[in-house]
Amino acid sequence: MDVFLQTLVAGILKGGLYALIGIGMTLIMGVMGIINLAHGQLMMLAMYVTFVLNTMGVDPYIALFVAMPLLFLLGVTIQKFLLNPLIKADTILPENQVLMTVGIGMVLTEIVRFIFSSDYKYITTSYSNQTFYLGNISFSSALTIAFGIAIAFTVAMFFFLLKTDLGRSIRATAQDKDAATLMGVNTGRITVITFGLGAGLVAAAGCLLAPVYYIFPDLGGPFTAKAFIITILGGLGSTVGAIFGGVTLGLAESMGATYFGMEYEDIIGLTIFVLVLLFLPGGFKRLTKI
Amino acid sequence: MKKNFLPLAFVALVAGLPLVMKDNYYLHLMILFMMWVVIGSAWNLIAGYTGQVSFGDAAFFGCGAYTAGLLAHHFGVSTWWGLALGGFTAVAVGLPFGWICFRMRGAYFALATLALNEVLRHGATIAEKFTGGMVGILIMPSFMSKIPYYYIALAMAVASLASLQLVVRSKPGYYFVSIREDQDAAESLGINTHLYKMLSLAYAAFWTGIAGALYMNYMGFIDPNVVFNLHDISIMAILVGIVGGVGTVYGPAVGAFVMVTVQEMFRSGFFGLFKWLGAVSGSAGLVKVAEVLTQAHVLGFGILVVLVILVLPNGIVGDWPKIRKHVFRLGTGA
Repeated sequence: MDVFLQTLVAGILKGGLYALIGIGMTLIMGVMGIINLAHGQLMMLAMYVTFVLNTMGVDPYIALFVAMPLLFLLGVTIQKFLLNPLIKADTILPENQVLMTVGIGMVLTEIVRFIFSSDYKYITTSYSNQTFYLGNISFSSALTIAFGIAIAFTVAMFFFLLKTDLGRSIRATAQDKDAATLMGVNTGRITVITFGLGAGLVAAAGCLLAPVYYIFPDLGGPFTAKAFIITILGGLGSTVGAIFGGVTLGLAESMGATYFGMEYEDIIGLTIFVLVLLFLPGGFKRLTKI
Repeated sequence: MKKNFLPLAFVALVAGLPLVMKDNYYLHLMILFMMWVVIGSAWNLIAGYTGQVSFGDAAFFGCGAYTAGLLAHHFGVSTWWGLALGGFTAVAVGLPFGWICFRMRGAYFALATLALNEVLRHGATIAEKFTGGMVGILIMPSFMSKIPYYYIALAMAVASLASLQLVVRSKPGYYFVSIREDQDAAESLGINTHLYKMLSLAYAAFWTGIAGALYMNYMGFIDPNVVFNLHDISIMAILVGIVGGVGTVYGPAVGAFVMVTVQEMFRSGFFGLFKWLGAVSGSAGLVKVAEVLTQAHVLGFGILVVLVILVLPNGIVGDWPKIRKHVFRLGTGA
């Protein structure tokens, strides 16, 4: 029973971070209808920002407030100068934007590899390996803090989307771009801001993950895949879905690692992905209707 | 007759090339080029003509390669059986996948193909007893010389281009394009879009699988990270298609030539040009440039993706009028 509870706790803590990664992806997907295949690479970049700041003695949780604005700006730049011009281009394939994100992801990975080489880097803080116990269950301090901050960001994002003017514009653009334009929403600007927000959120996830994970340039790919699985699980473009999707994936991965073996961790996510496609094509969005 | 003259002359030229060019390095590049013609044109049918962009060509490529490798490994038969069967294995993997995943459209389907490739890659890594895992499969190549491979690859490239030509001029070919243009309209006109998308996928999987089997025969070594590689296989296939021209018959051939050249250019530091210049001029700076360039070949690749999509969204063949106009205008303006 303890093993089960321990796995459950580990899964949920991991799921909180996954949710943060997933929300950024689902926002971008909802508003622009494209999948950002450079999502994990953006997170990798944020982790390196944290790493560099950490070598200067800045705590990862403070680095978060540097990495987020930086990545927001990067996201804005990418959307404005690389992705938006493609909308106007007259081509056969509408997937050009997705391909572009693949290219951007490659460029980011390689630039980082160029500067920092492929070596694994670690951020060691006083709380990296710290744990505390509730009963027989151990909680990793860093992951628990990360979970708390992730929840705070998620809630803040929710209020932003539901209550503020900008948030409403984003939701309107996601629902119907043409109608939003007719209602006076500057959809071009909204896409730029959304991409920036998505990049900022995933940067937060990166900073929170940095103290408990190793950092290397190829980290982006697997996390892009995870972000994609989360969004499919949750239903495309659904924020609530992304939270459920993130926690589900975190749970499934830690259950799989405990009961099947570590090497199956990645396959489990993909299996769930295929199962969801088969039996619940709309994702959790279908069930919750949000 | 006149219309077919140019491609035929080109094939004759390529067929005669080994008589003149004895250098194994260039023959190797030509074999790679022809392999990419096969993969690129297969990708072009599913993505360029049917509009279902695949990010997971490596899955089919790897299926073909592993069919050849595993047959030789477990049953001791010639790896050339893989060339006959590899395509069918890829189809056998592709059809169930298509049946499930063609209910998704556009980018979502593209991502599902990505997932398929990941599943196969992890599967091949984990099933060590069957596939050898990360150790991979090593076979002895049948021929020492590159000439036989050269002609086999050439035959495959010609056959794939001819079959693509045939398919796009046939009824299913027009159905494919109608699905690309407007799937709902195609559906309402009575086209069984699900079936035709699966046909298109089967064709693409078949040729990509065969190319994979050729790779196994030619290279003699595979492991999961080589054949199920996202960047080196799947993205390269997309680039070959996009650089050459999406939805054109000869586009991938042009694209394959450009991409293999570019890839090799970065890998070898512009064919050793900078190294040579550095040695001649005795400047350490140029040698350094050569080293940096060879290290950064994937970066150059990524930048190329970004530039091509921005500047030539329809590829060299597709945007040929645009290129000609620009070059022409520049020519008269100067």
